[in-house]
This record gives sequence, structure tokens and C-alpha cells, in this order.
Amino acid sequence: MSNETETLTRFAPDSGTEVALPVHTDLLRLATAGSVDDGKSTLVGRLLHDTKSVLADQLDAVHRASADRGLSTPDLSLLVDGLRAEREQGITIDVAYRYFATGKRTFVLADTPGHVQYTRNTVTGASTAQLAVLLVDARKGVVEQTRRHAAVLALLGVPRLVLAINKIDMVDFDESVHTAIAQDFARHARALGYSDEDVVTVPVSALHGDNVVERSERTPWYEGPALLEHLETVPVAPDPHDVPFRLPVQYVIRPRTADHPDYRGYAGQVAAGVVNEGDEVVVLPSGARSRVSMVDTPDGRAQSAAAGRSITVLLEDDLDIARGDVIVSAAEQPRVTDEFDATVCWLAEKPLAPNAKVLIKHGARTVQAMATELSTRFDEQELSSVDAPDKLELNEIGKIRFRTSESLPIDDYADSRRTGSFIVLDPSDGSTLAAGLIGVPLAPLASAVTR
Amino acid sequence: MTTEAIMDQNLDLPEDPATSEAPPQVDNLDALESEAIHIFREVAGEFDRPVILFSGGKDSTVLLHLALKAFRPAPVPFPLLHVDTGHNFEEVLRFRDELVSRHDLRLVVARVQDWIDDGRLSERPDGTRNPLQTQPLLEAIEQNRFDAVFGGGRRDEERARAKERVFSLRDAFGQWDPRRQRPELWNLYNGKHRAGEHMRVFPLSNWTELDVWRYIQREKIELSNLYYAHRREVFHRDGMWLTSGPWGGPREDEEVHEKTVRYRTIGDGSCTGAVESEAYTVDDVIAEVAASHLTERGATRADDRMSEAAMEDRKREGYF
Repeated sequence: MSNETETLTRFAPDSGTEVALPVHTDLLRLATAGSVDDGKSTLVGRLLHDTKSVLADQLDAVHRASADRGLSTPDLSLLVDGLRAEREQGITIDVAYRYFATGKRTFVLADTPGHVQYTRNTVTGASTAQLAVLLVDARKGVVEQTRRHAAVLALLGVPRLVLAINKIDMVDFDESVHTAIAQDFARHARALGYSDEDVVTVPVSALHGDNVVERSERTPWYEGPALLEHLETVPVAPDPHDVPFRLPVQYVIRPRTADHPDYRGYAGQVAAGVVNEGDEVVVLPSGARSRVSMVDTPDGRAQSAAAGRSITVLLEDDLDIARGDVIVSAAEQPRVTDEFDATVCWLAEKPLAPNAKVLIKHGARTVQAMATELSTRFDEQELSSVDAPDKLELNEIGKIRFRTSESLPIDDYADSRRTGSFIVLDPSDGSTLAAGLIGVPLAPLASAVTR
Repeated sequence: MTTEAIMDQNLDLPEDPATSEAPPQVDNLDALESEAIHIFREVAGEFDRPVILFSGGKDSTVLLHLALKAFRPAPVPFPLLHVDTGHNFEEVLRFRDELVSRHDLRLVVARVQDWIDDGRLSERPDGTRNPLQTQPLLEAIEQNRFDAVFGGGRRDEERARAKERVFSLRDAFGQWDPRRQRPELWNLYNGKHRAGEHMRVFPLSNWTELDVWRYIQREKIELSNLYYAHRREVFHRDGMWLTSGPWGGPREDEEVHEKTVRYRTIGDGSCTGAVESEAYTVDDVIAEVAASHLTERGATRADDRMSEAAMEDRKREGYF
């Protein structure tokens, strides 16, 4: 039996090295973005490889596949481009989620496609990200797709950006190229509402590893951190707790068993704020009032529960509550309305026409809706707006007025991500048409609207 | 500020949680648990006939544990479905049946052996039955009119799985089209499907192998004892330690050794390999997984080594 198969069968823990078990509670969710061929998958492959997050059999597979393709060095993008069509074309089509950890932090990384056609997959990856790494090719600088992605990231409220100026080796590690691109992008980011502290620029070579995990000697003029150093140390804002309590009811739990004849609990994941036993709450849209008699969790009764936890709430009064209702803080209630303005990012090939009938899923409720007014389309290249467009096409961002068949309890996206977001569905085939954000959470669009 | 001081301060301000300083932090396992429970409840709210794929392996045991927690104190409102390859480990089948009776669940079993016996499927030359599960699985889904099928698949397992949505639509032929996946935003899952289509749902999408084991440790979840080190007669084939059984082997040229092994994944006996291991407890396993240089599939699954796109191809056809 050869040595190679032997390494595949044996479990082979590192002999002699101490294993530090990850006990991180510190988690950073990040997404990549940028134009096609800017090297996103290579960068992600490099990060995984250089943080030793790639296991021997995965690396073996990449070495074999690279050799089959006649490459002299392993193509690290093959670690993430998991679909046959992606490998054949050498592009990323869909988001790949990767999980890795260093001594300092745990990371959930969404590697997203750069191709315009697949922007909807970038939106998917960015919707839950706390930070995005936006790549540009040092030879090309900020291009159309860079501006489009930056606008999408700003719209979704991704709080922090890293501009990774990749292929810096291809411009001979020239500081002036780096500075010019950084300044060009900073203007665009500021106009989108990012402050200078929110954006960090790093010159990298994903192919050769410069400034990815360790600072490179080939960019002596660069004084900032390597990409990974930054990712390990950038502050992550936890879910804010000083916001009013919201619980969309997903399911009513009624065991009707001998042990629990009268248990009637409203199950859901806390979308915002904190709930305590005894809190006064209101059920929307009905407006009925009650008090929390018990906060039940997967591990039993608790005094309170915060945003992110899946819980079951029991109330003092016997009310008619069903899936789709929202239990909220009585002191600070959302508005309940059947007409509202929202910003949407259109994700379907079929364009949105005025008065189109759609479905809206908000929290655990799906209602019929009509796009009564296409008031503004946002030009994410010029950061200007087009009034009353006749339609909204794939990847376009616009402000739309919706009327819904039933009233919805809504918050502005800027105040509460979970209760301020919705998806637009096609009533005929059920496909997802758009990402919706209540209000106008994009600075240049908001100012264009009020102007 | 000391912990007690923070607690005291909280006790002073019970009426106004908005200003309390140290709210209960959600740690990583809690966040994963809450996400999985949210997914279970969404499916219960939106689908008519969900089912949990349940093999008795560690991921499906964790899946069942989460389903029990999602609906407690009510019972789990779904049946279980197992595709029995006919080459499953006896110990695992016994464990499966124990769990089913303990929680008073309904189990539907689709048998690959039945399909082979009546000629609808034929045995593969390499003897593995994993790829043969797809047709019986799809037929069971169709006959029982299941519209949502929970699986224990995780994105960290394999790079085609890394591309999968949490709610993943299958067409009327049970097929996955990776190029036409729906955008999946925030935690808003789209459960819409047309007659004949069904949804595959993966509550453990964002869990890693280590998360699963840490959760098993924290929740004291009982698993089939094959996951822990034990003495076993094994023989070497395709770079793996296989055990003898009705799936054939050892062949004449394959020498049998007695070794201390455990299983890192449990599937069809013909293609699931054991790893040499001294991990007798959950704690041992966690230390071992954290130090491993191989992925669980790379270490123990012959079926994924067939080609660069073995998993994607099987998934497209309707596999788990």
C-alpha cells in the first residue's frame, strides 16, 4: 500500500502539537463582492489555504484537478467553485458558503459571483453579512460592477467594507496606482453613506498571498493590516438590544396532551429587542393587548429572551392569534398599514411593471400586493435618480409604493432589519422576484427623493 | 464591572430592559440552534406534508433532537423517512427503531432491496448502493405526497453542498438545478412550490462537523455507538477500512485485520469506511475532529471520490 493511500485512511492528528479547541463566541459573517475575474474565489481559496482551513483531501483534489488542466501551480479557486459549470467556465455562478476559524475568530464567508447576470446571488450572500470584501483589479480600478456591488451593499446595510486592490503584483506594487483607486472608491463610498472609518483599503495579491494573511515586504509603502489581521480585529456590532421587542408568530403550539391540556404558545424567533416575563405586549394587526405569562425556550422557562433566539411566548389572555401575527412591545409599536414606500432590488429577469400584482412575504405572513407606483429608479453608476420609470429591470434598485391586501406591522429597515425587510414573490410560479426594504435606507436615493 | 455588579444593576432595572447593559448573549451554538428551530417552524407553518429524512446517523439524530425542541411540549408534527439500502449497519437500524419508539414517531421506510429484487434497479459492479437510493427516495416522496423533505446536509461537507440554499426547490422530477436557485435573503425563506414540486430543507446548512459534535456534547445527545472507538474486523479497500457484511468482502486478496476504529459518517456499509481511532467519548471525538487533516467525506466515503462532481451529479438527480 502506498504512502498516499495510507494518509487517506489514517486519521492522522498532528502528533505532538497542542490542539486549541475553538470555543469562539466571536463570529464574523462576511461576503465577497466585485467584478468577474477580479479574483474573488482565488482570494477566498488563498485565505482558506493560508489559514490552514483546507484539509488534506480537499487540497489533494485541487492539486489533481489543476494538474489535469495543465496548470503548473494549484488553482485555489477550485476550492470554492463547486459546480461543474463554474469549473468549466472558470467563473463563480452561485454563492458558496465557507466556514473557517483562526485563533481569534470564527468566520462564515459567502463567496459571491461577480458576473452581472448573477448579481442576485451576490445579494443573497450580502443580506446577512456584517462586512464585505469588495475586490478590484489593480489594472482596471473601480469599474461598473464595483459601483453596482457597493450600492447593493450600502442598500442592504452591510456596515463595513474592505476594498481589496487585487493583482497589485501586476502593476509592480505601485503605490500611486493603489492611492488613485482608493481615492476614487472613497468618493463613491462616501456618496453611498459610508464614513471613511467604515472602509479599509488593502493592496493584495490573491495569487501570491501578499497582504492576505501576512503583511508583504513587497508593499513597504503600505502601513495598514493584512486582510486577515483586519478581519480578525475589526469590531463587530452585536444585535442591538435597545430596540423595541418584535416577535413574528411562526406557529401556534397546542399539545392538547394529558400533561399539557391548556398550553397555548406562540412560537417564533425574536426579530428585535428583548422580551421579559410580565411584559405588556400588543398583538398586531388586531391590536389586542396582553401580558407575557411565560417565556418558554428550547431549554425550558426563562426570565427573558433576546433578538435571535427561537422561543415560545405564552400570554395571560386567551386571544385569537395565528401564524403571521406579530407580538410587539406595547410601549413602542410599529406602524400598521396597507400602503407603504419601500426600496427594492429587482432580482428577476422578468421586469416589474406598474400595477403588477405580486406576493409579499414579511416576517411569517404572505399577502397579496400591488406595486401602485414606481416613483424612482436609482442609477447606481451616477448615484442619481430617474423619476417615474416605466419599469424596473434585473439588478435595478428603485423606490416603489406598495398596497397590500391586508395590513402589515412594519418598521423601517434602517431601524430594524428583520421587521423592515420583505421578499417579493411571483404569484404564478412562486419564484423570488425582489428584495424589499421598507423606507429608503440608501443615502443618495433618500436625498434625491426629498429634493 | 464584575458579573455580580452587572446582575445587580439588571435587578434594579427590571421594568426597562431597553437600558439594561448586559443582555443575554447568544453564543454560536445557541444561534445555530435558534436558526434550525426557526427553519423547522417555517416549514410546519407553510407546508402540508413535511417529512424528516432519518438514517440513524449523527446528523439526522441531531436533526430529530432539534425538531423535538422546536415543537416541545407538543410532539413533532412530521413523520420520518428512511431509505434503507439493504446494506445498512444492524446497530444503526436498531438505534433508529429505538428512537422512533421512544418518541412515538411514525417511520416510513423505502427499501432499495425491493427495487433490486423486482428488477427496477440493478446492483452496480462496484457493489455500492449509495447512488441507488435516489429512485426509491423520489418514489417515496411522490407516493406519500411529501411536499417538504428535511435533510441533515451541511454546507461544510462538500463544495457542491456549499452552494445549496436552505430551502432548495426540486422540480417534478426531483431534480436540483443549481443554476436557477432562488435568491435567499435574510431569514425569509420562500416555501412556494407548484403541484408535483417539493422542497428540500436543510436546517443544519450553517453547521460544521465540529459544531455538530459540540452540540451533541452540550445536549448530551445519544448516538449510535459506531461513532465511538470499538474493536472491529476490517479489511482495506480503495484507501478505506471497510467491515465485512452482506455487501460483500473481503475478497481473497483482502486481508482482514482487527483494529480499534470508529465511524466518522455512517452510510451504506459497502462504501462507508471506518477510521482508526481511540476516541471513546464525545470529548475525545471533538479533540480528534478538531485536529483532523481530512474532511469526514474524504476520510470515509468512497462514493464522493468517483469524480470531481460526484456529489453535484447525484444531487441533480434528486439525491439527498
